[in-house]
Amino acid sequence: MVDVKAQPGFKTMALICLVLLYSPILILIVFAFNSGDIIMRWEGVSLHWFGVAFTNPEFQNAAWNTLRISAVATIASTLFATLAAIGMTRIKPWPGMKTAFMVINLPLMVPEIITAVATLSFFALLAQVLGLNFGIGNIMLAHIVFCIPFAFMPIRARLEDMDLTLENAAADLYATPWNAFKRITLPLLVPGIASGAALAFIVSFDDFTITQLVAGPGQTTLPLYIWDQTRRPMTPEINAISAILLLVSVLFITISFLIARSRK
Amino acid sequence: MMAELNPAAQIAEAAQQVASKRNRLLSTPALVMITLFGIGPLILILIYSFLKAAPYGGVEWKFSTDAYLNFLFQRDIFDDTLQFSPDYLYIYARSIGFALITTIVCLFIGFPTAYFMATREPAQRNWWVLLITIPFWSNLLVRTLAIMFIIRDEGLINHILIWAHVIDKPITMLYTNGAILIGLLYSYLPFMILPLYSSIEKMDFRLVEAGHDLYANKRQVLWRVIIPLAKPGIIAGCLLVFIPAIGAYVTPLILGGGTHLLIGDLIAQQFGSGRNWPLGSAQALILMAAVLVALFFYVRNTTGKMTHG
Repeated sequence: MVDVKAQPGFKTMALICLVLLYSPILILIVFAFNSGDIIMRWEGVSLHWFGVAFTNPEFQNAAWNTLRISAVATIASTLFATLAAIGMTRIKPWPGMKTAFMVINLPLMVPEIITAVATLSFFALLAQVLGLNFGIGNIMLAHIVFCIPFAFMPIRARLEDMDLTLENAAADLYATPWNAFKRITLPLLVPGIASGAALAFIVSFDDFTITQLVAGPGQTTLPLYIWDQTRRPMTPEINAISAILLLVSVLFITISFLIARSRK
Repeated sequence: MMAELNPAAQIAEAAQQVASKRNRLLSTPALVMITLFGIGPLILILIYSFLKAAPYGGVEWKFSTDAYLNFLFQRDIFDDTLQFSPDYLYIYARSIGFALITTIVCLFIGFPTAYFMATREPAQRNWWVLLITIPFWSNLLVRTLAIMFIIRDEGLINHILIWAHVIDKPITMLYTNGAILIGLLYSYLPFMILPLYSSIEKMDFRLVEAGHDLYANKRQVLWRVIIPLAKPGIIAGCLLVFIPAIGAYVTPLILGGGTHLLIGDLIAQQFGSGRNWPLGSAQALILMAAVLVALFFYVRNTTGKMTHG
């Protein structure tokens, strides 16, 4: 039988595409396990450079900063996004709701470099005029803003797919709106929230551009630390740290992906 | 009348309206956050772009259109006349050109891939989607470094070529235009595939069969049936590649080495070593205008589609 849907050469292109996307990352990771001092001269398999990274106080400091920033950004943005998603799906459309959607999605439409320089100017002005400097809190505020739309998307999708019968039944059975929300809507919404939180965590954890411009001295995150490393003589330590970053991303992407799949 | 007959419904209706008003407030925290720390800064750079530059970064609070003039002209240091200087314009043209090439090549590689994915069995499809989703969300800096490790002078390609005695001196690939293009392509390829895939997946494949039954060959089916049906996905994918590519910062920073500037690192420079904040603000807003034009075409195209049915 002829497969009418198949197009000649498309399979080859798909495979080339996978090779293109994955070979650089895999090569990077493989050389993280190199025991030698020079990245591309293979001398044997070892976890030496992971050890070097983990015991390096600069790495520890960057990892601690990254985790603090990502944790705050994830929790705050997921909370705000959840509230907003409920406020924008569970009611009759109100005047200005379209504008509200645009505001929430705005961080996705503005190129990162513009957000970065604008936020930098903003915090510089705050410090200059009002004497306000939140330290690492500046980075956290910037991250919360661009994480909100990422957390918002899966939560809103989940709310829109949700069967309203259960909520209406709860209301018919004299559940107060709060009880109906707590006992019915929220449990059904948990996968959406988890998926949104995972996405928010990834974009915060991986952010380089905005963090680099907003960060003050000493506020190094893992991506910034990697960038600093590229400007010194490079050792496979940079590969090891990159591999760790990729691993964290892959973990959270897979979690978010599996949660999103399971709802179908 | 109805309400008088049914007071319970009236109460329920009133309660729902109160709840509705209250629910509306739930979006306030998110809106306030984004307005204060997202829109506020954008308005600030709009203001900055009309101010005078302070000598060592920052601004002087005096109205001036110098930033926009500086974008096109250079003030002669001797007689203070304005002379047309296309340097920045050239960087913008280059960035737009690079973004267009990236978009086209991504479409060329991405379309067959997305189509192949969408025509797999559902179980296999999930695996493919996950495989493309991983690089989509993976750290852009790390992915760009991975390219750097391969193409730099001491990188994998040169290493292998020297080892195989094909060359005896490394070929310079890093810090070239080609390096930036490869980097952009590598960065944004997944951004093309995923929207294409979701549009092709929803396609009615009976139309493909119908085309086949009517003696269209594969090529005709592709150009006359599949591509027109996938148009929304093609537009979305092109936009998702073009917009971040035109403002790319990490790619030219790492693979261009500060010598082959694109808009992204040009803007960042004004806030760093170049230290002309108003000029940087003006450059950022001009980039934003380019993005808005692209978005406008997208909205017009997609809403036009809807009204035509």
